[in-house]
Amino acid sequence: MTSIEHAASLLEEAPPAENTGERASWLQVAPMVAVLALFFGLPMLVVLVVSFFDFSRTDIIPAFIFDNYVDLFTREVTLRLYASSIKFALIVWAITLLLGFNIAYFLVFHVRGLLFQIGLFLLCTVPFLTSNIIRMISWIPFLGRNGIFNQALQGAGVTSQPLEFLLFSDFAVVVAYVHLFTLFMVVPIFNSMARIDKSLLEAARDAGAGRFRTVFEIVLPLSRTGIALGSIFVITLVMGDSFVVRTMSGGQSASVVSALQNEVAALQYPPAAASAVIMVIIVTLMVAGILRLVDVRKELAR
Amino acid sequence: MKRINRRLLLKGAAAGGAIAATEAITGFPTVWAQNAKDITLVHAGGSYAAIKEIADQASKDLGFKIVMQAITDDVQLNRSLTQPNTIDINNIDSTKLPYLAGKGVLASIPVAKYKLWGETVPLFTKGSYPNGQMASTQGLAPIEAMFYEAADGKKLASKPTDFLTMIPTIYNADTLGIRPDLVGGRDKITSWKDLLDPKYKGKTALVDYAPVGVMDVAMALEARGDFKYKDKGNMTKEEIDKTVKIMIDLKKGGHFRSFWSTFDQSVNLMASGEVVVQSMWSPAVTAVRSRGIDCYYVPLKEGYRGWFVGLAPMAHLSGLKLDCAYEYMNWFNSGWQGGFIAKQGYYSAVPSTAKKFLTPEEWDYWYDGKPAAVDIKDPYGTLMEKKGTTRDGGAIWDRMGNIACWNTVMDEDRYLTRRWNEFISS
Repeated sequence: MTSIEHAASLLEEAPPAENTGERASWLQVAPMVAVLALFFGLPMLVVLVVSFFDFSRTDIIPAFIFDNYVDLFTREVTLRLYASSIKFALIVWAITLLLGFNIAYFLVFHVRGLLFQIGLFLLCTVPFLTSNIIRMISWIPFLGRNGIFNQALQGAGVTSQPLEFLLFSDFAVVVAYVHLFTLFMVVPIFNSMARIDKSLLEAARDAGAGRFRTVFEIVLPLSRTGIALGSIFVITLVMGDSFVVRTMSGGQSASVVSALQNEVAALQYPPAAASAVIMVIIVTLMVAGILRLVDVRKELAR
Repeated sequence: MKRINRRLLLKGAAAGGAIAATEAITGFPTVWAQNAKDITLVHAGGSYAAIKEIADQASKDLGFKIVMQAITDDVQLNRSLTQPNTIDINNIDSTKLPYLAGKGVLASIPVAKYKLWGETVPLFTKGSYPNGQMASTQGLAPIEAMFYEAADGKKLASKPTDFLTMIPTIYNADTLGIRPDLVGGRDKITSWKDLLDPKYKGKTALVDYAPVGVMDVAMALEARGDFKYKDKGNMTKEEIDKTVKIMIDLKKGGHFRSFWSTFDQSVNLMASGEVVVQSMWSPAVTAVRSRGIDCYYVPLKEGYRGWFVGLAPMAHLSGLKLDCAYEYMNWFNSGWQGGFIAKQGYYSAVPSTAKKFLTPEEWDYWYDGKPAAVDIKDPYGTLMEKKGTTRDGGAIWDRMGNIACWNTVMDEDRYLTRRWNEFISS
């Protein structure tokens, strides 16, 4: 149908508004669908296909075998890697949520004046002016055996020996993750909270609710879209990471992705592809779970 | 004092330039120089070998353009196999050959095309040390990696033939790096087994790279008398299992502080005192020392872990471009490059040419293991060692003549990667 015919048909019969609306929205999403299909769908399909291939030292051999998956599911190390990645994801999620919620709450409800609010909000983003890598690596001299923190502790007489667990440990990994990812929690929660009608809070206070009751019964439920979005960011970032875990644990811990990278470096593409497919499925399930708890689309259209 | 030294150095460089000029006339016929000036060769290799200054000098001496690309190992393998046309001269280390030989991406080199073969150290031409003794064949020894059976480059031969896999360029002997001030002196660590000594619990590190990391531990286990490997460079599954089991126990007991994956990480671990003994590359030791922190590349009684790299022309080269590639590879070992990298601690496959580009004092320090008669500087003129220091391990054949095992790719490398992943995640 050409556009003229289309326009004519619109004039003639004034079709149900729903129909045009639907067509328009299909058109609107088309560019995004095209981009995703080309740059996400297609590569993902290739990964899926390769995950069933056989391989030798240098070649991937077209085949249809399940060896890579069987291998993945029968090895104890797979479980251990996922347990480790999920452990980090949960710890970091809990800490960033606590921090993110409180920072957003402070910015929205305690800071008076829009200008000041936006100013402080921008201040939160200042660390993003440097690269992730620099922000992470700067923890190493700080937390090290002879690092600033240990020297300060010893200087103040708090400890007599350097604390070894501070660097190249799970602790160091969590510190770096929290530092890197808290803002991803702050921003969406801030956004949700800013849309809460202040008169609701006044009504709650008038009705005799204390501060905590207001937070738990009004603010928290109304911020859940932001919490859900922030959680998706943080969890997918941690699950997909290899660099932070490798650097901050000093190579002592591995993540699913860092093991996958070792395979890629050794030219073992099919098992790496199988590992990637399983990873995508698991992370997708996690995101689906979050979206099931909170209908982000409905809330955003509010 | 400093000024005089710099002047001497400049004088040396000028003399070197003069030699290069005469050689360019006598050694390299430039009959086709007019056609060659539009040729560009892409030289790709690790950052320790693919150095821009070398390309600049080569372009100047040869009259055609060399483009240097420093890339990481896995990128190099990937490009060599999947986009071989993007590389002309592949600067590979020996452990890439088992992946690339017979894949139709590298071209074999007829010995006759390489003019310096006769002057090349016998380690590469015959597999022996200058004193005639055969070098260790544990791991991938030079004699096993230098030759193809035939011109087609399908199969590696383990004896000299007329077809080279690559022009050998630089090589060195690796060992453990230590912090003498934190272990109680340079003489406190004498054996690979000290890497596993409970004394250094929580203060040791390995490179996060399975083929080298496991081999370093294997050297230590053998030195400690746990068991004897048939070939540390080609372990059986059982040997890998036994080794990794001990490694996992050590790791769980907190023996290792870290596993480093970049050069800088290894430098920082040592410089900050997080680690006092670890697997390390020679220039990393120098980098720690240049911060004024004592670091020592300790000679161990069981010997060194050896490695070597070379230049291989890619199979897609032909005609004038191939001629230029041969010309470039001949230039590469004609001295300038050898002199340049000697000052980073690497040896040239043709030391006699490198010697012309070093001052006698530099030669004595780097190659002969004599105490430095003057301050020793790196290729860029930065002070490396003060007058009076001696190179760790001594002269070239005290170090290179004592190789226990060569860097390698094991037949069971798939299994090794898998077990390494288990080790790191345990």
